[in-house]
Amino acid sequence: MTAMAHIAPAGGAAAPPPEPGRGNKLTPYFLLLPAGLALAVFFVLPILTLANTSLQSGGYQEGYDFTWQFSNYWTVWTDYWPQFIRSFGYAAVATILTILIAYPIAYMIAFKAGRWRSILLVLVIAPFFTSFLIRTLAWKTILADNGVVVGFLDNIGLLGLTDLVGLTSGSRILATPLAVILGLAYNFLPFMVLPLYASLEKQDISLLQASGDLYASAWQGFWKITWPLSLPGVVSGTLLTFIPAAGDYVNATFLGSTQEAMSGNVIDALFLRIRNYSSAAALSISLMVAIVLLVIYYVRRAGTEELV
Amino acid sequence: MTTSKDIFAGSGGLRIRALHKGYGSFKAVDGIDLDVPEGSFFALLGPSGCGKTTTLRMVAGLEEPTSGSIEIGGQDIARLRPYQRPVNTVFQSYALFPHMTIYENIAFGLRRRKVDGIDAKVREMLELVDMSHLAQRKPTQLSGGQQQRIAVVRALVNRPKVLLLDEPLGALDLKLRRQMQLELKRIQTEVGITFIHVTHDQEEAMTMADTIAVLNKGKVEQMGAPVDLYENPATAFVSGFLGQSNLLPATITGRVGDVISLDSEGFRLTMPARRAHSAGPDVQVGVRPEKIQIADEGQAPSGNVIDGTIIDASFIGVSTQYLLRTPADEELTVFSQNTATTLRKVGDRVSVYWDPAHTFALAADAAEIAFAAEVAS
Repeated sequence: MTAMAHIAPAGGAAAPPPEPGRGNKLTPYFLLLPAGLALAVFFVLPILTLANTSLQSGGYQEGYDFTWQFSNYWTVWTDYWPQFIRSFGYAAVATILTILIAYPIAYMIAFKAGRWRSILLVLVIAPFFTSFLIRTLAWKTILADNGVVVGFLDNIGLLGLTDLVGLTSGSRILATPLAVILGLAYNFLPFMVLPLYASLEKQDISLLQASGDLYASAWQGFWKITWPLSLPGVVSGTLLTFIPAAGDYVNATFLGSTQEAMSGNVIDALFLRIRNYSSAAALSISLMVAIVLLVIYYVRRAGTEELV
Repeated sequence: MTTSKDIFAGSGGLRIRALHKGYGSFKAVDGIDLDVPEGSFFALLGPSGCGKTTTLRMVAGLEEPTSGSIEIGGQDIARLRPYQRPVNTVFQSYALFPHMTIYENIAFGLRRRKVDGIDAKVREMLELVDMSHLAQRKPTQLSGGQQQRIAVVRALVNRPKVLLLDEPLGALDLKLRRQMQLELKRIQTEVGITFIHVTHDQEEAMTMADTIAVLNKGKVEQMGAPVDLYENPATAFVSGFLGQSNLLPATITGRVGDVISLDSEGFRLTMPARRAHSAGPDVQVGVRPEKIQIADEGQAPSGNVIDGTIIDASFIGVSTQYLLRTPADEELTVFSQNTATTLRKVGDRVSVYWDPAHTFALAADAAEIAFAAEVAS
């Protein structure tokens, strides 16, 4: 590392590469150095440390030793698989919900908003001006048992329906899966709206006119032209929503009960309260690997290589 | 490809009557009448903002007329939805669907209408433009000229009665544009359907179209064959927009049969009465620069003669462009074929002459309008 750090300035503006002009095969690698260093320090090192911790044995009291303790993984999988599954389930449902809410918003801003466009875009990111925690806590008030929302949904019978499928229970929303999913969807909505907007906004309006000229109805025009061309936005929005949602623990903490605990909650508890570092690390690594595999599968399936 | 023509048999001509389109107080199209015969290549020519694209979009159904009628083959289509009209459009930006192959782009309209024999029809169109081998490519993998051809056949495959082309060659470079002009003309001759082509490029319109309507400020200035518009412009705008014109102030002094005599700053000129587009007596008399010949002063053989001094000469190769000043301080441009062994010099005093049959006369306020149109063209 010291050798690399020593060479690094040479790749920058300070000194020209030894052989200026063509033929210097090392130049690209020098240019990669700053980014490579940052990646090494801020990504590779922590991950290696985490992986190392996940294979240690021992305890908080007696100290930890690196012993290739692979059984840590088996233990966390058998102990915490419900939370693990829940993480992905909640994140998936919240992501789908986010697409359903965000797409019309992004479409409206991109095509119908006219001069209100920039104001609406600012409104989309306006929630970021307050703390994530405060906003999530506000949902606790909104979804309170004796609040307007619950009362209304109960009256129209919707809560009976969600009770049936297990999303809510006992005519309340707080401390149910629905509350956590709504919280996730709410918190990550802007991450879906913005990429969708970006992919819709750059679409050439004459494509839609051409589809109309070629006998497509407005509905067909949307599904044959607008939707496929917005897929890059859908994919990046999905990733930006699903990945953090799967690792989230704030929504489950504030809006759920122990019955809604997600992997994030378990990791939080293992690391900070129980101080079982090796199990916490093993669960973290498992979560990361699972997300990466899912994302790879999803991006392959979406087939957006040519579109992005 | 002799069968192509039969397929399109029964296509209709286009008839537009008193077409208006206003945006608030601005009249984009201000009472246009057009008759486009079946199977012709028709051009709507004019500077930007003249209403040509708005007219086209109203025919396509992309804009709703404020008033007026649009008929194709006798059927009024002005209030129909775009897809109900027997027209298809080639968009300025081509608007090829970037996520579909060339084949799917061409098949798009056929699939929407669920017609039979899609594959054969698509292949026929690919053959028409000699691009069968590119069927599975995506639009971005094609050159500009190829994209243009695909845009044309994607519309043609639906067998419209009228094909609308909105500045179709605007995005191409000059050389490619020349090539595509001939290509479009060939396709039109082959399929025999009515093409309506919107352009601001007078050369493009004259190369391709059978009939041109010159539009200005939402109105038709003049309509006719390219050669008629060029040789006998009826308005100052047309004389300036289509090529260059020399315009001199003149007064009509008499008429004998079909011949009008005029006086322009002391020079006696004559011209055929049918080429006078203003009753006078004060008119602007015009002649195209390439119709004028140069002789030594006082040696002009016949025809309309004006004296002057050469104040500028630019040698272009095939011709030389002279600028003359007349005694009355008017300026005349002359394009002279380089047939002489010696070129005339700046300062030479000469007489220029031309056949009276090439003279035309416009309203007295023509000079400024023509100059503005020449700048706009």
